Amino acid sequence: MLEVKGINCFYGDVQVLRDMSLTAQQGEILCLLGRNGAGKTTTLKAIMGIVPARSGSIALNGESLSTLAGHEVPKRGIGYVPQGRRLFAEMTVAENIEVGLLTRGKGEETREKVLTLFPRLRDRYRQRAETLSGGEQQMLAMARALAIEPNVLLLDEPTEGLQPSMISLIRDVVVSLKEQNVATILVEQRIDAVLSIADRVVFIENGERRDEALAADLKDNLDLIHKYVGVS
Amino acid sequence: MDLGPQLMLASLDGAVGAAVLALTALGLSLVFGVMRVVNVAHGEFFMLGAMIAWFVASNIGGHPAIGFVGALIIAPLLVGAIAASADWLILKRLDYEPEATIVATIGLLYILQQGALVTFGPVAQAVEAPFNHRIEIPWFEGSNVGWGLFTTSYKLFVIAAAITILLAVWLLLSRTKMGLVMRATQLDRETAQAFGIPVEKVYALTFGFGAALAALSAVLIVPIQQADYLMGGDPLLLSFIVVIIGGLGSLRGTLIAALLIGMSDGIISVFFTPTLAKIIATLVVAMVLVFRPQGLFGAKAQ
Repeated sequence: MLEVKGINCFYGDVQVLRDMSLTAQQGEILCLLGRNGAGKTTTLKAIMGIVPARSGSIALNGESLSTLAGHEVPKRGIGYVPQGRRLFAEMTVAENIEVGLLTRGKGEETREKVLTLFPRLRDRYRQRAETLSGGEQQMLAMARALAIEPNVLLLDEPTEGLQPSMISLIRDVVVSLKEQNVATILVEQRIDAVLSIADRVVFIENGERRDEALAADLKDNLDLIHKYVGVS
Repeated sequence: MDLGPQLMLASLDGAVGAAVLALTALGLSLVFGVMRVVNVAHGEFFMLGAMIAWFVASNIGGHPAIGFVGALIIAPLLVGAIAASADWLILKRLDYEPEATIVATIGLLYILQQGALVTFGPVAQAVEAPFNHRIEIPWFEGSNVGWGLFTTSYKLFVIAAAITILLAVWLLLSRTKMGLVMRATQLDRETAQAFGIPVEKVYALTFGFGAALAALSAVLIVPIQQADYLMGGDPLLLSFIVVIIGGLGSLRGTLIAALLIGMSDGIISVFFTPTLAKIIATLVVAMVLVFRPQGLFGAKAQ
């Protein structure tokens, strides 16, 4: 459904993505693996229209996203949890979720659904986002993205710096979204976290797609992981 | 004349100045807060508001109140539209580069100023106040006779109107969908866009809104002060002073600093000279910049 075909992206004159291609199907968890600076985050930003693609195409269910204005992309149902969470720090939990709800004009029902998923946010509802703990902030970033009722969810290192209980909560949410037919693209450094939930893994190096494997195959054969990530 | 009544009068005039200054500075502060644009042309939007108010008031016949109400509606809308198109035509194409937008708004300042000279002429124009009853200050009534012992109902109206507008802006920013969108854009432009917020439209709207606030305060003050094409300098200087002292982007800081500077400007102008008032205000800015660069209420740069 989400199809990225041969995109090339630049920061100024520096090319950061070369002929990057990938697809994500409904109900699939696709993981992007690669070292720091390989182009994983840029790939997500290119899908969101934050980093423009100079050539190539990005399409969702046949509709081109790369020709849309940046703010139109999320309205097609793409939820984004950016690296480092990027919450609206001085706004309350309620207002952060409200921004997500406004994206596609969702209302009370969606708000309830999201708060049921993360009950802790209900307790913190009127607090400013910057006063939350790291785990709570990550929940809020997820809640804000889920408030648009996404068909595709882009997660950029959602477990970075979190304690194990929080990691498993986020994992559970991602797995439940898979059951609701959401396509998830996950950028993650922790190999164990990836292998336990991902369906497919795409390896990225120097802004290029180098390899692809089913997560199930990688469990027995760690060669690819050693090659592209360099840790066990 | 005793010190008491003189001080009271100076404070009243100071309060009128502070009220109008708060509105003007709020516009500047909003534009900087949301767009990170230092709008050097802000004073010219104030001037345009005053000139358009005169133009509207002198072309609508009948009671002065009709012309005033007309100006109160038309001037902010027109100035806001001019500013929004300036944003779209100029600032957007510079990609909101901080240095470039400063130079661009300096250029805009001269275009607007000379445009006003060509359109409205070099003569200072007066606008009649919609009402202007003499109000004796009860405390001193009968105890003294002199020029200074009364104020006018219009001056009190200006203070009340400015407070009402400030409250409305605060409600708009904190309680409405539009305010939420503006604050989200201010806090994180990229993430705002990733949640469907049309950042460019928000910028044009904010720039227009900031200019409209300047125009609105000009319409309020023009029955007291007269309008001419060079009048934009003082409000620009004072707005910058207020915004720097209060802390850029801080609504509360802007209001408190406007009160401080407006009042002291009024009082020092009466007891000494207006020039001394400006000297002191500018000195305060220098001190704030040295000892508390983020302003009294501004957040530290992240």
